[in-house]
Amino acid sequence: MIHVSTTVNGDAQELLCDPRETLLDALRDRLELTGAKEGCGTGDCGACTVLLNGRPVCSCLVLAAEAEGHEVRTVEGIADGEDLHPLQRKFIEHAALQCGICTPGILVAAKALLERNPDPSETEVRYWLAGNLCRCTGYDKIIRAVLDAAGEMREAT
Amino acid sequence: MAFDEETNEFKVVGTRPDRPDGIDKVTGRARFGADVTAPGMLHAVIIRSPHAHARIVKINTSNAEAAHGVKAVVTRADFADGLDGENWNILENLMAGECALYDGHAVAAIAATSSLAARDAARLVEVEYEVLPHVTDVDDAMQEGAPVIREGAADGSVPAGMHPNVVRCHDSGHGDPEEGFAEADLVIEERFTTEATHQGYIEPHACLGTLGPDGRGELWCCTQGHWNVQKVCAALLDIETSKLRVTASEIGGGFGGKTAVFIEPVALALSRKANRPVKLVMPRADVFRATGPTASTSMDVKIGMKKDGTITGASGVFRCQGGAFPGAPMEFTAMCAFAPYSLKHVRQIGYDVMTNRPKQAAYRAPGSPMAAFAVESVIDELCNRLGLDPIDVRLKNASREGTKASFGPSWDRIGLVETLEAAKEHPHFSAPLPEGAGRGISCGFWFNHAGETAVQLALSEDGTVQLSVGTPDIGGSRASMCMMAAEALGVPYEDVRTTIADTATLGYNEISHGSRVTYASGLATIEAARDTVRKLCKRAADKWGIEAEAVEWRDGCAIPSGPNAGDFDPMPIKEIASRMGQTGGPIVGHFEATPEGAGVSFATHIVDAEVDRETGATTVTRYTVVQDAGKAIHPSYVEGQYQGGAAQGIGWALNEEYIYDDDGRLQNAGFLDYRIPVASDLPMIDTVIVEVPNPGHPYGVRGVGETSICPPLAAIANAVSNAAGVRMQDLPMRPSRILEALKARS
Repeated sequence: MIHVSTTVNGDAQELLCDPRETLLDALRDRLELTGAKEGCGTGDCGACTVLLNGRPVCSCLVLAAEAEGHEVRTVEGIADGEDLHPLQRKFIEHAALQCGICTPGILVAAKALLERNPDPSETEVRYWLAGNLCRCTGYDKIIRAVLDAAGEMREAT
Repeated sequence: MAFDEETNEFKVVGTRPDRPDGIDKVTGRARFGADVTAPGMLHAVIIRSPHAHARIVKINTSNAEAAHGVKAVVTRADFADGLDGENWNILENLMAGECALYDGHAVAAIAATSSLAARDAARLVEVEYEVLPHVTDVDDAMQEGAPVIREGAADGSVPAGMHPNVVRCHDSGHGDPEEGFAEADLVIEERFTTEATHQGYIEPHACLGTLGPDGRGELWCCTQGHWNVQKVCAALLDIETSKLRVTASEIGGGFGGKTAVFIEPVALALSRKANRPVKLVMPRADVFRATGPTASTSMDVKIGMKKDGTITGASGVFRCQGGAFPGAPMEFTAMCAFAPYSLKHVRQIGYDVMTNRPKQAAYRAPGSPMAAFAVESVIDELCNRLGLDPIDVRLKNASREGTKASFGPSWDRIGLVETLEAAKEHPHFSAPLPEGAGRGISCGFWFNHAGETAVQLALSEDGTVQLSVGTPDIGGSRASMCMMAAEALGVPYEDVRTTIADTATLGYNEISHGSRVTYASGLATIEAARDTVRKLCKRAADKWGIEAEAVEWRDGCAIPSGPNAGDFDPMPIKEIASRMGQTGGPIVGHFEATPEGAGVSFATHIVDAEVDRETGATTVTRYTVVQDAGKAIHPSYVEGQYQGGAAQGIGWALNEEYIYDDDGRLQNAGFLDYRIPVASDLPMIDTVIVEVPNPGHPYGVRGVGETSICPPLAAIANAVSNAAGVRMQDLPMRPSRILEALKARS
């Protein structure tokens, strides 16, 4: 077992992990943060997307041990207390989810996009989210929700 | 239960409120199949055959059993003996008996203290196989000399002389197609093929099961139908149904693929042996290799048409490959094929063909998309060669109320013509096409289903409403249920909470399939609300000292039905609920039935596509879905179903396919090589909701989930064929196929 010290959603965490254990499994099984999902385990679906030092990664392709000394943010950590993140509100408002299994990964990935590019075009949103599979929606309402959230966030600043 | 002509002004139905589970789903709180744990829980893995067809000579589990952390190992011997019919098929599929019948067929399972320990121990299970000849292609499997998957699997519907791999046959129609073809100015007959595709839900199958030595158990799983899971598990484990309580988790997509049972009995068998809770989560490769694919098809369709566009006759042969078990949806394929059209002469034949592939499972309108691809391609070609407008021809031949359907019955009130007229008026249809682009049109049909349904609606003391339904929410149906309950009770949407009840809480509910949830659970919700209203009126009548018949319900209040009934102030639901303990006890409405009158649904899709002549790649540049919803309860989620069906159809038409090598092994068991559409592949998908009320639902609802995937394969194939100038008869239209077709043309 490896001892890992890391920060998750702003909280310091100490973990004992198998050297083969993924960050995704450590988050889900050891910290009970089950928001990030395993859809494939091979980095193809994006359902496990989390931010590692602000950068979106597939947490199924990161070893838990690699989180040592770094900051992890998951879907559980993107609202501000009882105030949902604008993306979270807009996803509900636009009916941008049906089953909701891809939603945590897409919200985290979209948050990273808007932090880098507050005014993305439709095409930029589509390419940024091309690594996050959704089988229910055809992406239409997801794209609209991200663009609407971006607009609202620009107005607020 | 019939359509209520009086209810034509809605207060809640037709609006777009936030879904009640929205916050759970955007914050990560919602608990899906793999998101729960239990004290002392073990983790399981399943060991699977690497061969397409092999006799299992010996399984040695002793080394695995002795491995670190291993608490139980099961094989076929740990399940019920002496099953027959579909239960035997399900058991044989989820744990092989004498033979492994496809690459990925389960042969043993292990439960250990961690998933890593279970995976390590899986390597220690020794299975000795005697490899047998295999066949994976539908046409090959019907040829003389093809390896027989299972002797004696065919039923009496199969004509004599066919290969034993042909296990069921459907034959229906009316008139004489040959007579019809003789009247035609042009007859086209072509062969079409489609590959197997996977439902592609992003959540792998997952469950957590506990089964004690006393035969009592608890099961948590992602499924479209937990009563079915309960029933199947009880049979396969030889326990009493009511002793197993099954709770449906949130479900991360199903599309038909989670109507089947694959892992739950395995987890319970391991739990029984270890006497500890067992969690089983399928790896994605197992999902591809051992669950859900749809049937692949080989189809011959022949249609005759006059110069004025009248279809004079139609016939089709639909061969559906359903893997190593009977069940390919060949009757649906055949029955849907010509359903949109009013035909004097029509005949359709379907064959269910077994191969060494995983047992097919339902996928959104099973069979209909493939049939539409073949039929609507031939109609498009006839229109092209006769110089006719594709929508005018479809309007000319369209099924209407009273038309005798191609498969027998006469249509009730249907909305096909309305979808065609709306498509014709849509700006998309008349928009100019860029050079090199093509436009495709297709109609599509699905039956829709009702099924056994039980619902309970309980009032709280503050007048808010607890609605329990038994149909897992696969795409936002809680919102629709809350809306229908609110409408029928005259209370605010926010006052209703909808819960998906477990198997111990309600009567039997059929699976969430057949686009039945908003129709059947919706109907049951409205009836349960009306039952509640009757009880509320009775309480008011008792208080006022008048007859219950003299009380009406309006806007959430009991009121005297007229001046003769007496002069009383309206009594709101909250007032009645606050005193229910003193006025007769809890107020609970309920409804149990197998409703009839699901109301069929039709759609018309318009697609523009561009084909890159250097690479063969196709881009869908514009897409419009026009579909009859009967009545859209929550229009945003109806649009979502339309868009999702179209997107899945785009994947099926252009990219997705099960690829088998000569060794019978699946070559692309992952999302990298089995490529479903991603955001950058698709345009926005425009939607038009047509509302021709279903006579069999109080508010006119028709199911919408499945019809949306019926037209896309054909509409896209027509667009691509028109763009490329060559008829594409094989799906998917991957770039290599398009390049070959372009080369053959030049």
